[in-house]
Amino acid sequence: MKFSLLVNEGPYQHQASDTAWHFARAAIEAGHEITRVFFYHDGVHNGSRLSSPPTDDRNVVVRWSELASTHEVDLVICVAAAERRGIVDAAAARRLHKDADNLAPGFRISGLGQLVQMGVESDRLLVFGD
Amino acid sequence: MSKGDQTGPQIRRFMCVNRRAPYGTSYALEGLEATLAAGAFNQDVSVVFMDDGVFALQRGQDTSSTGLKDFSRTWGALESCGVEKLYVERESLEQRGLSAQDLIMTVRIIDAQALGMLMEQQHVLLNF
Repeated sequence: MKFSLLVNEGPYQHQASDTAWHFARAAIEAGHEITRVFFYHDGVHNGSRLSSPPTDDRNVVVRWSELASTHEVDLVICVAAAERRGIVDAAAARRLHKDADNLAPGFRISGLGQLVQMGVESDRLLVFGD
Repeated sequence: MSKGDQTGPQIRRFMCVNRRAPYGTSYALEGLEATLAAGAFNQDVSVVFMDDGVFALQRGQDTSSTGLKDFSRTWGALESCGVEKLYVERESLEQRGLSAQDLIMTVRIIDAQALGMLMEQQHVLLNF
């Protein structure tokens, strides 16, 4: 089965992102496909490269990056939600005249069309939120 | 696109469910943006207002003292994106002491059971 995941909350404040990640790993292990993970609302913070949790706690952002690199999962951060919240890649930083960028590896920034498309292309779209 | 064309764009039934009040959090505003995107991509979109989401359509919103954008009129823009199926859950209205007269636009008011049946018919349920 093809699953797509919508993550509506940021790391640590809510467990939603953890649950989505555990689901993604379990689905992949069971032989399913994760079409895309789309991060919306505060979920865009899951793509912040600057997240630095204590060493005895799980690293939510790095876990997502590793999922992308190990299993080629498409991680998409919504551009409108990201810009409001200060999540920028190098290109956006130049365009918006910001002095830094902070997008974590394995993530890409794109539009809501990617959310619509994953709803069209996957068998099930699951929402992880508050 | 000819009749026998099997490679045309797919159309799926998307339902966008608004359960939160329009202000206090950004779920309603960003939910509306996602709903507009689904309409712009020509999907078969329904919009539901339930629980505190019914307040999004309440008449007489005045955000002037808060600095927040009053986006209540933007719900009316859905129609121009081809999104015409708007539903409000009857029980949510009644529990909040609201009626159709309190809403800024004409919507279909349906009860929870009918709403549940509608939800079962959807390919995609987006909850904000």
